[in-house]
Amino acid sequence: MEKEALIPEIGVITDIRIDTPDVRTFRVVTPDGKKPFEHIPGQCAMLSIPGVGEALFSITSSPTNTEYMEFSIKKCGCVTGFLHATEPGQYVTIRGPYGNGFPVESAFKGKDLLFVAGGIGLAPLRSVINYCRHHRSNYGSIDIVYGSRSMQDLVDYNEIMEEWCKEDGINVHLTIDREQPEWNGHVGFVPNFVKELNFDTNKTAVLCGPPIMIKFTLAGLQELGFGKDQIYTTLEMRMKCGIGKCGRCNLGDKFICKDGPVFRFDQLEELPDEY
Amino acid sequence: MKKIQLSKLPQLLSAIAEKTALYLPVDTASGAEYKKYEEGDKLSDACNTNRSAKDFFFPQVENMANFKVEGKKIEVIDIRKETEDFVIFGARACDVRSFDILDRVFLADPVDTFYKNRRQHATIVSLACSVPEETCFCGTFGIDAADPAGDVSAWKTDEEMYFRANTEKGEAFLASLALEDGEEEAVREEQTKIRSILEKLPIQNLPTDHFKAEKLMEHFSDPKWKELYKACLGCGTCTFVCPTCQCFDIRDFDTGNGIQRYRCWDSCMYSDFTQMAADQPRHTQMERFRQRFMHKLVYYPANNEGVFGCVGCGRCLAKCPINMNIVKVIKEIGGDK
Repeated sequence: MEKEALIPEIGVITDIRIDTPDVRTFRVVTPDGKKPFEHIPGQCAMLSIPGVGEALFSITSSPTNTEYMEFSIKKCGCVTGFLHATEPGQYVTIRGPYGNGFPVESAFKGKDLLFVAGGIGLAPLRSVINYCRHHRSNYGSIDIVYGSRSMQDLVDYNEIMEEWCKEDGINVHLTIDREQPEWNGHVGFVPNFVKELNFDTNKTAVLCGPPIMIKFTLAGLQELGFGKDQIYTTLEMRMKCGIGKCGRCNLGDKFICKDGPVFRFDQLEELPDEY
Repeated sequence: MKKIQLSKLPQLLSAIAEKTALYLPVDTASGAEYKKYEEGDKLSDACNTNRSAKDFFFPQVENMANFKVEGKKIEVIDIRKETEDFVIFGARACDVRSFDILDRVFLADPVDTFYKNRRQHATIVSLACSVPEETCFCGTFGIDAADPAGDVSAWKTDEEMYFRANTEKGEAFLASLALEDGEEEAVREEQTKIRSILEKLPIQNLPTDHFKAEKLMEHFSDPKWKELYKACLGCGTCTFVCPTCQCFDIRDFDTGNGIQRYRCWDSCMYSDFTQMAADQPRHTQMERFRQRFMHKLVYYPANNEGVFGCVGCGRCLAKCPINMNIVKVIKEIGGDK
């Protein structure tokens, strides 16, 4: 019988990295040790533990990683709770990739890029950032503004410090919400920090984080002179199928699972604000 | 055109059922329902069944796959198998149109193989509505109850039933049956009779021209939603009986000896439909109510060349416990009233 999109394949968790008290990054391969499938940055995959549930996660690893796929997952429900309690060697089911992804080969090409993330919002952006780093000559300067509640809540901290911060042409701006004795970086909320940094308006911006961060960062960037057509975000909604059929992730006539999750703010302006 | 004497219809149904699984509307104590034919079953004369015909292709519950779980290991068991051929006999024009509407969802890439499998094995014999009812508004969506689609169209007159094949599948189906040649004239007369009834029905020609994609935000922001939704109980009856409502959930069931993954009907009218761990986009019944009607009247047409996601079967008019329905919405939203 022909392939059924809703019947998943098997994946194996080969490594679990503890990022923060409630975020872990899971490395997934097929049972014969290969990357489950190809994707473009910003796309998602359905992971499930049969008997527990199935949920959609953004793929954190870059497509340029040919060996495995990674998912940074915050513990907040049934499937994520199970994953946080599990160990390497655990099988999962996996299907995808779903969604449109970021326009890394079109609109982003040749542009100076500004990534703004809050908390677990870095997960989908890590895929794009690492993709752009890999194809460095295709893009201009890269600025990354990343904030979280505390120093311990910064996801991918080692990769940020050891790799991103040390690369020419990449400027990393970290911030945490409240003062901490061991922290000597910036303190304050992401939207204010973005305004303080007073970015040049020729950049293309990509936002991902909690709704409140998105709302105020968007307003902040507009104050700096950014147009809505220069700012992208990636949305999330409850999904069951991932292929535009189960009927629950629509925003007007668009389905976040297949027409999104990546939208430009001038596109979102044309749609109901049910997100 | 073929025909058969109504007195010979029982033998015809019996002959069809001998070769292929046959489903038809029959009368029950609580109204007409589709049922697998058993010897002696009579075709209902009711204008429509309580439940729609979507079950044939998109059943209320279906087992999609099984999993064997042993320790950390998981095995996927594909339990799909080819469906047997079957005949739906006596579907009304509205329900036949609903299949086209479902096709645009389930047969769109990537194709839903569960749905496609059933759809390919079905032969649809539609039946013109001899007596359309006051709750019927199929005409609003350009559906002609006097000339239903399907592989075969049928008309029932006082003494005879007439058949016309519309597809190759329909031709082959009619060729396999003992039928006489029928007169086009008799069907035209029947159609004239049906259309004269349709003309007198109150909601056959509701204004729908203003439900256009470019008016999406205007309709979404219409203040009338805040009044219309108020009595809605969020019971989901409308979505249950609707032939085009196709939202679904996917759930796992632990049998104690493996996991069964199911797909089942779900409803955008339910408060947990879009609930996520932290929040949800449609907090109030007003938003959920609006979603259902905006989907049928604006969102679905915007993605499907203007085809509406409603067929005017009238089931939601008859079944809603608080007497709210899409007709009232069509009249209020964006209209002059």
